[in-house]
Amino acid sequence: MATVAPPPSKRQRREALERSQIQQDVTPPVIEAGSFKARFVDNDGNQLAETIEVPLADATEKNVSLLLNTLLGREREEFTPYRFRIHLPSSDTVIDNYPTPSEFLAVLRKHGVENPFETTITLSAEPQAVFKVQAVTRMSNKIPGHGEAILAAQFSPKTSSLLATGSGDNTARLWNTDSGTPKHTLKGHSGWVLALAWRPDGQNLATGSMDKTVRIWDESGQAVGRPFNGHSKWITSIAWQPFHLWRDDTPRLASASKDATIRIWIANTGITEHVLSGHKGSVSCVRWGGTDLIYSASQDKTIKVWNAIDGTLKHTLASHAHWVNHLALSTDFVLRTAFYDHTKNVPTSTEERRAKAKERFEKAAKQQGRIAERVVSASDDFTIYLWDPEQGTKPLARLLGHQKQVNHVSFSPDGTLIASAGWDNHIKIWGRDGKFLATLRGHVAPVFQCAFSADSRLLCSGSRDTTLKVWDMRSFKMSVDLPGHEDEVYALDWSLDGRLVGSGGKDKAVRLWRN
Amino acid sequence: MERFRKTHGRRLDHEERMRKREAREGHKASKDAQNLRGLRAKLHQAKRHKEKIQMRKQIKAHEERNVKSASENDPKTPLPNYLLDRSNPAQAKALSTAVKNKRAEKAAKFAVPLPKVRGISEEEMFKVVSTGKKTAKKSWKRMVTKPTFVGPDFTRRPVKYERFIRPMGLRYKKANVTHPELGVTLQLPIVSVKKNPQQPLYTQLGVLSKGTIIEVNVSELGLVTAGGKVAWARYAQITNNCENDGCVNAVLLV
Repeated sequence: MATVAPPPSKRQRREALERSQIQQDVTPPVIEAGSFKARFVDNDGNQLAETIEVPLADATEKNVSLLLNTLLGREREEFTPYRFRIHLPSSDTVIDNYPTPSEFLAVLRKHGVENPFETTITLSAEPQAVFKVQAVTRMSNKIPGHGEAILAAQFSPKTSSLLATGSGDNTARLWNTDSGTPKHTLKGHSGWVLALAWRPDGQNLATGSMDKTVRIWDESGQAVGRPFNGHSKWITSIAWQPFHLWRDDTPRLASASKDATIRIWIANTGITEHVLSGHKGSVSCVRWGGTDLIYSASQDKTIKVWNAIDGTLKHTLASHAHWVNHLALSTDFVLRTAFYDHTKNVPTSTEERRAKAKERFEKAAKQQGRIAERVVSASDDFTIYLWDPEQGTKPLARLLGHQKQVNHVSFSPDGTLIASAGWDNHIKIWGRDGKFLATLRGHVAPVFQCAFSADSRLLCSGSRDTTLKVWDMRSFKMSVDLPGHEDEVYALDWSLDGRLVGSGGKDKAVRLWRN
Repeated sequence: MERFRKTHGRRLDHEERMRKREAREGHKASKDAQNLRGLRAKLHQAKRHKEKIQMRKQIKAHEERNVKSASENDPKTPLPNYLLDRSNPAQAKALSTAVKNKRAEKAAKFAVPLPKVRGISEEEMFKVVSTGKKTAKKSWKRMVTKPTFVGPDFTRRPVKYERFIRPMGLRYKKANVTHPELGVTLQLPIVSVKKNPQQPLYTQLGVLSKGTIIEVNVSELGLVTAGGKVAWARYAQITNNCENDGCVNAVLLV
């Protein structure tokens, strides 16, 4: 019983015709003449260059960025794009979004700067990634294969053409994402594969399962060594030792389990080096930091920090009032990728690799001249805490705002943003110091996972409402909505070169998304 | 009585008398049920009916308590680590999954649970209203004798122009909707009457007869469409003769 709309009347037709014939007059907005004095500072507030006068007509963000690069005496090839925030003189207000030249004066006046030609404006410059990741916009492949729901997914750090997924059908699978075909099936577990992690050099994959074992596989789908037995309940999370910390080329592995312990294994032999017991509840998440500390979050409301070398407890961070669900490090991305970066120059010798991995880690962790790896923890008590475990057991910040349990937190690769997702259907974005920046609304069901793109300009989130959504981290708006899954999305990863997003969920098929 | 009891105590055989009376309760109820007549019988039946409902509920609760449920740590469907220790509201979700599975079968698209209905003639549906001189003479006014759904913003027209009267007492706003595969029944608000198989006129009037397709509000179930939007209304078919039962029962079309 569809109703057909009546045809347009004669008057409507005439008006439509007129509208199409008259041309809109397009005159560029008038930009007022004048200039302002700009003072450039970096994130820590150190002055970068001399104060300089910038003509208002040319003051686009791109031009100012070029200007700063020139002032810093960089070669053309080394130019870094910058993002600027405007600090107003004699107040604490910060304008996060750099306005276009035509709006510049209006925005300043709105914030109480009457005559910007007289005052010096402080611009804090945040270096952006020199490469740019395009938002994924379409589903390129739907690859069936798994017989049950997909519970975990991770791209290989080496190449984006290899994706590993763990599933409820007791197997993990490797997928060739270039051709969109299954590559290898990793059979062996007798329970659901709950956790998986690629070794930072991308040679091996560790999988943890409901059957209480951890298994190691190589890239060609072969099992390496014997399964690691020892836990008395299922494995919840796995973390590899960061590449630059390997002693005599022996990688180690930490696995967290429901049985409230964390075990450190020597990956080559499968020997348990340490058993970290001390938690009183299921350990929900484990992370291995770049300063050889192991962070573990547990359902006993605490986060514990362990020395990895001797397996001793360093700190107990107890501020949460309910289960701690997830942890993220500010250096997660560089630890995961070790010596692989966007340049595709991979050093050949082990020493060079280690040096590069170390250098990348230190660059990412350095803050005001000090290596400070920050930890952020999500909890069932609706809050998120930001910690600096080197400094002590006091949290740096308490991030309030979620209205239900927080399930997942992640740091952006450059460490400037924190994204948190939870049962209240929203994603919240926080600054590096825990300042609230934005709420991303759009999902209509709990958001389970989210993943930043490698250049930190985009965020992808997967939810129970069967969609993925890509968010722009500059305007904090949704940039692409990606429906296509037929059921809940449980696992999601953005490839490390930004080309692809891989996702899996209850509908048993792996989906790959491209731009 | 209370004061007497306090000063002198109960009769010595009080306990025994109470026990005997309790033991004979069943016999007394049976005798009453057989012999009472008229209003007393009605009242007795109503009381008994309520008691029986309570009894059944209690028995069911006891049975449920005795059944050992599958251990909660080990749900049947695979779940990721972060959902393992949580109690998941699976019910509504299973519903939408079932809907999706069903929709994949093409043939099932146009099938309804009740394919055939008894025809209802206009004589049965409408009563001729004959109050007033003109109305009686021309007999143009009708009263709908079946239950109807009337939208929330409906106001009756002036007497002179109102051709069909839909009595207030026969209007329904809610339907008891059953999901056929899950066997759960929920009381959901009716959104509209989509199709009455008898006549388009009955559809317009919103007549709720057996076999009518209605739209019900399912927003509280939290179903999601393929595009990730919340599904808020779904079709259901009426399965009972509402005018006999005094309620609207329906099955969800999946």
